[in-house]
Amino acid sequence: MLRFILRRVLQVIPVFFGATLLVYYLVFSMSGSPIDALSGGKPISPAVVAQLTSQYHLDQPFIVQYGIYIKNLFTFNLGTSFSGRPIAAILANAFPVTARLAVFPLAIEAIFGVTFGVIAGLRKGKLFDGTVLIVSLVVIAVPTFVLGFLLQFVVGVKLGWAKPTVSSGAHWLDLTLPAVVLGLVSFAYVLRLTRTSILENMNADYVRTATAKGLSRRRVIVTHILRNSMIPVVTFLGADLGALMGGAIVTEGIFNVPGVGNTLYKAVLAGEGPMVVSIVSVLVLVFVLANLLVDLLYAWLDPRIRYA
Amino acid sequence: MRFSRTSKALGVAAVVAMALTACGGGDSTAKDNGSSGAGNPSKVITAYGGEPQNPLLPANTNEVFGGRVMDLLFSGLESYDASGKPVLEMADSIKTTDSQNYTIKIKSGQKFSDGSPITAKNFVDAWNFGALSTNAQLNSYFFESIEGYDAVSAMSKDGKTAAPTAQTMSGLKVVDDTTFTVKLSQPESDFPLRLGYTAFYPLPEAAIKDPKAYGEKPVGNGPYTLKSWQHNAELDLVPNPSYSGPRKAKNGGVTFKVYTTADAAYQDLLSDNLDVLDGIPASSIKSFQQDLGDRSIVKAYAGNATITIPSYLKAFQGEAGSLRRQAISKSINRDLIIDKIFNKTKKAAKDFTAPVIDGYSDSIPGSDVLTYDAAAAKKLWDQANAITPWDDSTFTIAYNVDGAGNKEYVDAAANQIKNSLGIKAEGKPYATFKELRNVIGKKNLTGAARAGWQGDYPSLYNFLGPLYGTGAGSNDGDYSNPKFDAKLKEGLSAKSAEEGNKAFNEAQEILFKDLPVIPLWYQSQTGGWSNNVANVDFGWNGVPLYNNITGK
Repeated sequence: MLRFILRRVLQVIPVFFGATLLVYYLVFSMSGSPIDALSGGKPISPAVVAQLTSQYHLDQPFIVQYGIYIKNLFTFNLGTSFSGRPIAAILANAFPVTARLAVFPLAIEAIFGVTFGVIAGLRKGKLFDGTVLIVSLVVIAVPTFVLGFLLQFVVGVKLGWAKPTVSSGAHWLDLTLPAVVLGLVSFAYVLRLTRTSILENMNADYVRTATAKGLSRRRVIVTHILRNSMIPVVTFLGADLGALMGGAIVTEGIFNVPGVGNTLYKAVLAGEGPMVVSIVSVLVLVFVLANLLVDLLYAWLDPRIRYA
Repeated sequence: MRFSRTSKALGVAAVVAMALTACGGGDSTAKDNGSSGAGNPSKVITAYGGEPQNPLLPANTNEVFGGRVMDLLFSGLESYDASGKPVLEMADSIKTTDSQNYTIKIKSGQKFSDGSPITAKNFVDAWNFGALSTNAQLNSYFFESIEGYDAVSAMSKDGKTAAPTAQTMSGLKVVDDTTFTVKLSQPESDFPLRLGYTAFYPLPEAAIKDPKAYGEKPVGNGPYTLKSWQHNAELDLVPNPSYSGPRKAKNGGVTFKVYTTADAAYQDLLSDNLDVLDGIPASSIKSFQQDLGDRSIVKAYAGNATITIPSYLKAFQGEAGSLRRQAISKSINRDLIIDKIFNKTKKAAKDFTAPVIDGYSDSIPGSDVLTYDAAAAKKLWDQANAITPWDDSTFTIAYNVDGAGNKEYVDAAANQIKNSLGIKAEGKPYATFKELRNVIGKKNLTGAARAGWQGDYPSLYNFLGPLYGTGAGSNDGDYSNPKFDAKLKEGLSAKSAEEGNKAFNEAQEILFKDLPVIPLWYQSQTGGWSNNVANVDFGWNGVPLYNNITGK
């Protein structure tokens, strides 16, 4: 088990270098100079251009720029953004916000999605099942930004139950609206996955055996059906956590959340290689860890799965 | 979210009339300007803002979101008053006899908000700091008129690195604690007009010793001081009790909330979570006057929009080129675009500058080329074809997609050109602003390009010199006409502002003949405010006059 974890952690290294190299190259090959974005179309003195160019190593070939970035990384120096702020500080601001905005909807979709999915699965063909299926279909069909604008306008502006945008601290309560928007779509998927999975397992041999042994219905459902049905759901939630940590650019934009999505978007527009790569590196780590967690959960959920 | 313009929030433009004509609702322009008393003087105003792009140093702030903060934190030698004219703020007098040598006396007893005195040295040091190329200050070109700028911005022999041969400009001299002199490398009559701009603010000694730390928490001398800056979230400004100038705060402070989109800010405005918004998002431009009623404003400011036709395009050179430029100008129905796309919130251009500026004229000889006349346009185009035939290629207008609303109006203008002239014409999109700037900078345009200019300071010259002077910094179309340059020089060395403006408007007559760019319209700022505040008005540059806003 320990060896398995160690091996997975070591896999991060090539993934990390591969991803950063690729992303750095993509940003590097974007046309246009970052200094043009800085000057905003106003005149700028050639001497200042030269100074900025050498300050940010923009005159160096790609591999040198990437090398400088990696070298600084090993001294825990992520460099400074074109705005003169340390990139580490920018990340330290953005990631906690996005982490909150990832965990919140994840909790919503896990709790409500699984609960509703189990009930619907157990009562297949009944009114609840039908209603839930239709509602989840509608939720999946409506694009996120429509949901976002709708909730913002109705709940935030018309009813005044919540602020339409997230205030400066981005506290849990402020994040309710965007979290609901983000959680809704995945909620529908989790619900449908759980329901299908439950239906499949209900007819499995081991369930019949368990029932025949005289176990209570409650015990059959919780320890046998539910536990086995969770594998696809956990896989989905793990991948979703990674996606949510990457920042939901659209939703963050609608609710003005100062998170990773916004920061990344701005950095890409400005052509800030070091910033984009730093964010992506953290995301790579998050994805790898989330996947590791999912794999470990497999083993716990299904004793047949063993990691040597 | 625009990475665009230099700006400052000092003055007021007295052109309510312009705003009214540009505003569909007519009476929905600010009505309670300065008339409805003091209101609640302790109310903290929340205002629309963005994360400043650069550390808060005067010479490094060249975009709107940093600019509006700096202009509240600092007080320069002068600010711009209600009529768009400069009024002395820190300066006691600015004197010259030849428009080249200036003697500037500052008021004695002035202090930064930390209590340290402001002397002539604070100005001279700040300007020298801003101009020195190794400090990499984006506004350094503002000092280029001062004698000795060449030395502090010199390049190495290979032209690749900055290699200043002096640390300070020889044209700046401290005479005593309250006096300094400025020598320009040539006479420039509008130099005093520039002194209200952000780049010319004074700096305390600490700023020059450690600009990095200072840029995070600047100590200024303006109507407000910076209490805290939570990056990407908000900037809190509180009134500066020691400020005694004309822009005294009438509220309990200003909090700039950082928004990434104006759409989010608009929703906050509707629900009274935000007090002042400038720049109504495109999605709400058709409805904001109904949504907000008498809490909305449309006001002209010193900015314009144009289409650049580069001089290096073969088809647009010589006599045929001149006819083609006129044809294109006459084939665009500006009023129709303003009506349909901008909901009447702009005003068709009559010259190359902007109406809120001293010396502006809407009847410069030659300006009739800006009037829509499809038949005349077609005729001019055919005349041009008689000289050198059009190669039947597509006339393109380049624009950047990341600028909100660019696509709509560029496509509309291209369609009008197509229909009026019977040629192929279309918009040519670039993903980002910097990508388009790159193509323009390398002189690789294969057609026209959209452009716009917002005045750095209220002066006709600022709309002409940097844009159309031979070799000037923002001369995107590579335009060059010695006669035009001579007129500019004549205006700059004029003894009075009126004389100067006359020469500048004569220079515009030359532009109307050559049409290096096709003027489209003047910019107007749209905005609104919440139920909690009053006395909201916008300045000459389209930025709200924050210090006058009061709570209800």
